[in-house]
Amino acid sequence: MDMTDTKFIASPVPASAPAALEIIGVRKDFESFSALRDVHLRVNPGEMLCFLGPSGCGKTTLLRIIAGLETQTSGQILQNGKDVSWLPPDRRDYGIVFQSYALFPNLSIAENIGYGLVNSRARRGGIKARVEELLKLVGLPTSGNKYPSQLSGGQQQRVALARALATRPGLLLLDEPLSALDALERIRLRGEIRRLQKQVGITTIMVTHDQEEALSMADRIVVMNHGVIEQVGTPMEVYEQPATPFVADFVGKVNVLRAVALGNQRFKVGDMELQCDACDGAFEPGEAVNLYLRPEDRAVEHLGDGTANRLRALVTKVEFLGGLCIAEVTADALHGQALGLHFSLNQLHDLDIREGNTIDIALRANRIRAFSARAPKP
Amino acid sequence: MNTLARPLPALAAFNARPVMRWSRDETIARAILLVVMVMLFVFLIAPLLTILAHAVQDREGRFVGLTHFITYFQTPSLLRAAWNSIWVSAAVVMISVPTAFVFAYALTRSRMPTPLKAVFRLIALIPLLAPSLLSAISFVQWFGNQGALKFLLGGASIYGAPGIIMAEVYNTFPHALMILVTALSLADGRLYEAATALRTRPFRQFMTITLPSCKYGLISAATVVFTYVVSDFGAPKVIGGNFNVLSVDVFKQVVGQHNFSIGAVVGMLLLVPSIISFVIDYVVRRKLKAQLTARSVPYSPKRRKLADPLLTLFCTVVCGLLLATIGMAIYTSLISLWPYDLSLTLKHYHFVLVESDMADAYTNSLIVAMATAVAGSLIVFVGAYLIEKTRNLGLMRKGMHLMAVLSMAVPGLVLGLGYVMFFNHPANPLNFLYQTMAILIISMVVHYYTSSHLTAVTALKQIDNEFEAVSASLKVPFFKTFLRVTVPVCLPAILDIGRYFFVVSMASLSCAIFLYTPETILASVAIMHLDDAGDIGPAAALASLIVVTSTVVCIAYSLLTRVLLSRTQAWRNLSRG
Repeated sequence: MDMTDTKFIASPVPASAPAALEIIGVRKDFESFSALRDVHLRVNPGEMLCFLGPSGCGKTTLLRIIAGLETQTSGQILQNGKDVSWLPPDRRDYGIVFQSYALFPNLSIAENIGYGLVNSRARRGGIKARVEELLKLVGLPTSGNKYPSQLSGGQQQRVALARALATRPGLLLLDEPLSALDALERIRLRGEIRRLQKQVGITTIMVTHDQEEALSMADRIVVMNHGVIEQVGTPMEVYEQPATPFVADFVGKVNVLRAVALGNQRFKVGDMELQCDACDGAFEPGEAVNLYLRPEDRAVEHLGDGTANRLRALVTKVEFLGGLCIAEVTADALHGQALGLHFSLNQLHDLDIREGNTIDIALRANRIRAFSARAPKP
Repeated sequence: MNTLARPLPALAAFNARPVMRWSRDETIARAILLVVMVMLFVFLIAPLLTILAHAVQDREGRFVGLTHFITYFQTPSLLRAAWNSIWVSAAVVMISVPTAFVFAYALTRSRMPTPLKAVFRLIALIPLLAPSLLSAISFVQWFGNQGALKFLLGGASIYGAPGIIMAEVYNTFPHALMILVTALSLADGRLYEAATALRTRPFRQFMTITLPSCKYGLISAATVVFTYVVSDFGAPKVIGGNFNVLSVDVFKQVVGQHNFSIGAVVGMLLLVPSIISFVIDYVVRRKLKAQLTARSVPYSPKRRKLADPLLTLFCTVVCGLLLATIGMAIYTSLISLWPYDLSLTLKHYHFVLVESDMADAYTNSLIVAMATAVAGSLIVFVGAYLIEKTRNLGLMRKGMHLMAVLSMAVPGLVLGLGYVMFFNHPANPLNFLYQTMAILIISMVVHYYTSSHLTAVTALKQIDNEFEAVSASLKVPFFKTFLRVTVPVCLPAILDIGRYFFVVSMASLSCAIFLYTPETILASVAIMHLDDAGDIGPAAALASLIVVTSTVVCIAYSLLTRVLLSRTQAWRNLSRG
């Protein structure tokens, strides 16, 4: 099977570059199931990597194994070429921020941030200066004397970040750092963490189940499911060229059409033949496939006779969501298979897209992805 | 397949699985935990095993199988004691639990004025501070041969089952009450709102919402009360007369007849109901906890014209009875000689503290209680911390947890008996502990380990689980975080544990009864001897002293913690600024 290869091609790193972190064949078996099966991954120096997946996919387990908080059943972890696989947490080099922040409630913000510095035998003046520098870095220059309970969730988050960065670790681990925050604060902190990470230049691994978070923050995303890495790639690659049906389904919204391969990148859906330029997999004619199409991958303008995948569709439902709406359409030619398509509110008005109306659309041939409908090999 | 980047799976499988290295921290943590576990093993498990060994050996140490058990079951007088223990305990459950339920219901679900509720609650908890002998002495004074209210019994005698039942109802009432108050305060207000919206009558609401919701609380209270009565020794000793129960039997066999084998058999029998109710209670408490974590809207009771005054009346009557019991004991300690000379005097106090040959008893009790409070809270909290917060403990965690909760299932009398058999053995290298104050303190710590352990675990579960992980990532040793963060954050719980140890060991009798010497005699033991000798006044004086001491300690404790907490826990009450 070639899927694994596309995965490695997708990551634009020459194999010779020194990895900040290398995970080799890591497995984690619990009594009743395997949380991770044979995971391989290279993390480049200075990059922001996101582990993305549904709960139970193994992403947090993998992070905790990197941190030494869990023990892998087998496999190796190299940090800057050094084997740390079996070292206890305090002999590894990383800073960590937990979902709960784990700030010490009885210590002031400054004491929290300086907690790890005291131990590194820095001089007192040096500690104070470093703490102030970090407070400034995270935008809380005057909060040093407060206690964690006096800060908002987002502020506590930033303190936890400052504490993790204080000892200048070579690796920063973020375990769902934003999921305890409310929606607005979450979006604000996304940008802030990313800015900080770039400013400090620290290699960072973040675990999240929120695809928007991963898409907006990561240099590269590692999509995981059932203890297996489904795809590694830049946010754009993961979104536009999902390597597996799971990735297509999990990242972004997607329509699925049942189809039969005709060969030569053509597929039959109902009575219609669809052209699919981006399908690199070779399908035997007659093979059952699923076609994946994102809601925005439809054209409504400049449609001519030569435009591929044109159809007249009946609008069965319009879901008003604000600036961007979803219209559900179907067509006899598709044998009743429905598609949810994105339209801006203006398009809705201009093209008179209403329940019961018919519209002219084309499905973008360079966007449709095809996957075999047979169950993937385990 | 990009095989170059990966080791061949077959090759990886050949390598023996490496083991995670322990950091220095983890080694230290395991070493300390091991010490605590060895202590619990030596001072809890080993004595129990010794009892078992004695039960199947003859005097020369030869294995005789179940001979002693067969002898026991063929002796009708001994069997009767077992039956007596069971039915008396059941009777106490039938009285104590429903009374406590109504009382708890009044405290949690009525619109009595809040200060009144606080007073009722305080009065109801007083029995906790007294040795179980006190209530028995008091009921003797009320209903005994020369009792003030003897005429109420109409010729029947208080000595025997009626006296034991009354005394034990008094003793167990606060235990049942605390459990039921917790169960009843867990009510979800929304259920009642929904029921009212559906026009459900109040009685039906009570039957379909209130009762089912505290089902587990009721079961738990019943088992706790049952176990308490089966294993209590003080009350039946004082007021039991010729009415034999298991706990008194153990004492008679061992101290009276030096029949260690039959003593061991009875000890094993005493363990049976304790362990059964312990298992029931353990299962039920887990369910109770599951209810607790559910998100619910607190219930706020509405004013009820008939129920509120009735409940207030009920609580007043119960509190009156409780006060009459403790009041009689204190009164007895302050008068010359009941019922002939009612003049007030402090001579009984002078006697027990100065003149008597047991004058050291009170001081000894104070020393033991204080040492137990300090050593107990230290050991319990460190032990609980280590099993809660050390990673990858595996079987160590299970073993430690099992021992920590098992101590509750072992009646004090059985534990004491085990100590006699285990530490008195000349071949035991710990033999030097026997007949010292230290063994009394150790027995108290072990006997009251479980509830303190659970308090500590609850407190530790409430703090963030990742403190240790964060410390490790910052290269700060775990004991530093323990001292700088965990202990300060858990200080209220630690102080609670210390107070608990003080109060219970001050009043405890059954643990010490086999272990004291004339030099290390404790107040509760002295009370028993004074009562045996007919010195009711001095006995009551010493019992009252225990109550007063514990009360003073509790008041001092709450004042002290208030000051201490305001100084060290400032971070708790800050608002966001």
